[in-house]
Amino acid sequence: MSRGLLVSYAVLTLVLAGAPLVLDAYWVDVLNSVGLYALLALSLNIILGDAGLFNMGHAAFYAVGAYTTAILNTRLGLPTLWALPVSGLVAALFAALVARPVIHLRGDYLLIVTIGLGEIVRIALVNDVFGLTGGANGLFGIARPTLFGLKIRRPHEFFYLIWVFVALTVFLFHRLEQSRFGRALNYLREDPVAAEGSGVNTARYKLLAFALGAAWAGMAGNLYAAKMTIISPESFSFWESVLLFLIVILGGSGSIPGVILGAFLVVGLPELFRGFASARMLVFGLVMMVLMVFRTQGLLPLRTVRFKKSDLQRAQARP
Amino acid sequence: MEHFFQQLTNGLAVGGIYALIALGYTMVYGVMKLINFAHGDLFTYGAYLGMTLLTSFFLQDRLGVVAGMLILAVMVMGLVALIGAVLERAVYRPLRESHRLSAVVSALGASIFLQNALMLIYGARVHVYPEDLLPQATVNVLGLEVPLMRIVVVLASVVMMALLYLFVQKTKIGTAIRAAAIDQGAARLMGIDVNRVILLVFLIGPALGGAAGLLVGLYYGQVSFTMGWLYGMKAFTAAILGGIGNIPGAMVGGLLLGVIEALGAAYLSLAWKDALSFLVLIFILIVRPTGLLGERVADKV
Repeated sequence: MSRGLLVSYAVLTLVLAGAPLVLDAYWVDVLNSVGLYALLALSLNIILGDAGLFNMGHAAFYAVGAYTTAILNTRLGLPTLWALPVSGLVAALFAALVARPVIHLRGDYLLIVTIGLGEIVRIALVNDVFGLTGGANGLFGIARPTLFGLKIRRPHEFFYLIWVFVALTVFLFHRLEQSRFGRALNYLREDPVAAEGSGVNTARYKLLAFALGAAWAGMAGNLYAAKMTIISPESFSFWESVLLFLIVILGGSGSIPGVILGAFLVVGLPELFRGFASARMLVFGLVMMVLMVFRTQGLLPLRTVRFKKSDLQRAQARP
Repeated sequence: MEHFFQQLTNGLAVGGIYALIALGYTMVYGVMKLINFAHGDLFTYGAYLGMTLLTSFFLQDRLGVVAGMLILAVMVMGLVALIGAVLERAVYRPLRESHRLSAVVSALGASIFLQNALMLIYGARVHVYPEDLLPQATVNVLGLEVPLMRIVVVLASVVMMALLYLFVQKTKIGTAIRAAAIDQGAARLMGIDVNRVILLVFLIGPALGGAAGLLVGLYYGQVSFTMGWLYGMKAFTAAILGGIGNIPGAMVGGLLLGVIEALGAAYLSLAWKDALSFLVLIFILIVRPTGLLGERVADKV
């Protein structure tokens, strides 16, 4: 990690640590949302940014985590925070299971299949699958988490729970990038054929990327369920997946600081314009188009990835 | 048995609509390798523009139902084609040389923009097409009472598909489109103006999508500003089912998907109807990624 990045993280940590002391509950809650989306986008970044697998159904894994938590807590009385690792595990297993048959599909085909998977999960939730998901109304009465005997209830308390988890994730994922696993994923993204040729078992690494990304999305689902105490299929629609996709691409695909910046911009910034609620999404769509036309690689792109013209021609030569 | 045939004709009508939308997806994908996520919203514009024109000019009363509807269809198709062309010129053309993900995100941005623009203009509520515009007659087909509108939808979509097929196969411009779909660079070397071909594709695709929107409005009588995405996804499924980039494939895929869906809703489960289409999509991509009529082999890495 470069010194500049370390300094930025230190400043961000200090600013965030002090934020709840000066902000009111509404803005702290906005920051909580930003944190949750940062977690989700970091988890998608493993799949989309690091491994280069177009996944536009990420909300499905988020949903599996949230529903696992809700079911374990309301039916079996498992404390919400105890359900955190279980939710991650269930989401990872689910991802490995559903991704297995489609993992070999390339680019756009994978994109479409993951949209389909995401929608099937949402429809399953709406249809009260196995009688467990509560149909269109969802599940309610999820218990607040308790940490060291302290019941986490107010946004200010959730703030620290969520952002400490974000910080841990950022640390872990930076380490992961340097690891053998992280480098294998990058080979996979840059040139799958060469990666396979140099001994990377691509199918296995793709599945691992999906499982790891889903595990984190599942845990973010746990925190979401704990924060809301009520969940319904609406929260895990196609547009949720699109939003996560955007955070990763707009921020800078494959770049951890970029993804965090993306979460602030896509989730936090529009809150400043609440007053123009109805025109907000219109502008949002416009910004997406303009940004892509003028800054293709996202706001904080990964330095190693530059889409040069020659790369593009190479990619096009292999349709 | 009668229930079965009613479902079948309904499936064909819905399938015809899917096929019309799928043609836009498949042509754009064939030439540009881009999933135009905004295409579903162009379809919605067709439905809304149809409603507005229908209630402001009353063409069906002045010119008679048949001529009125024809002129209405031409107007809707022209306007939606114009929106499609503007979209291509302003958003997709600058991105043609950049990374594919940028184009995908831009297309999603265009979709969000178009959808919300529609919501700001018309409001978020569900809109209803004016009633009793068209004769609510039924026609006797082989001893079966079928609603007239259902037959009109099937006929209209089949005629438009056939015209497009002839255009692409028999005319010089059609040949240029096919050439650009195979290899843009080579087509350019042969003296084809690829920019014009792509613009043309963005006129024809949206025009057909707009016509499909008008047909949905007339057939179901109800339109909402968010309906484009589900129809769009179904149509894209249809395009993949038939083999993406392949015009007859989109027709076959659309009709087949409509029938599968209608029969699935009737005999399996209405609640899981939409999931069924996505299952078909995943199944076809696993088993035969090139689609039923496709030839191009997908990369397997």
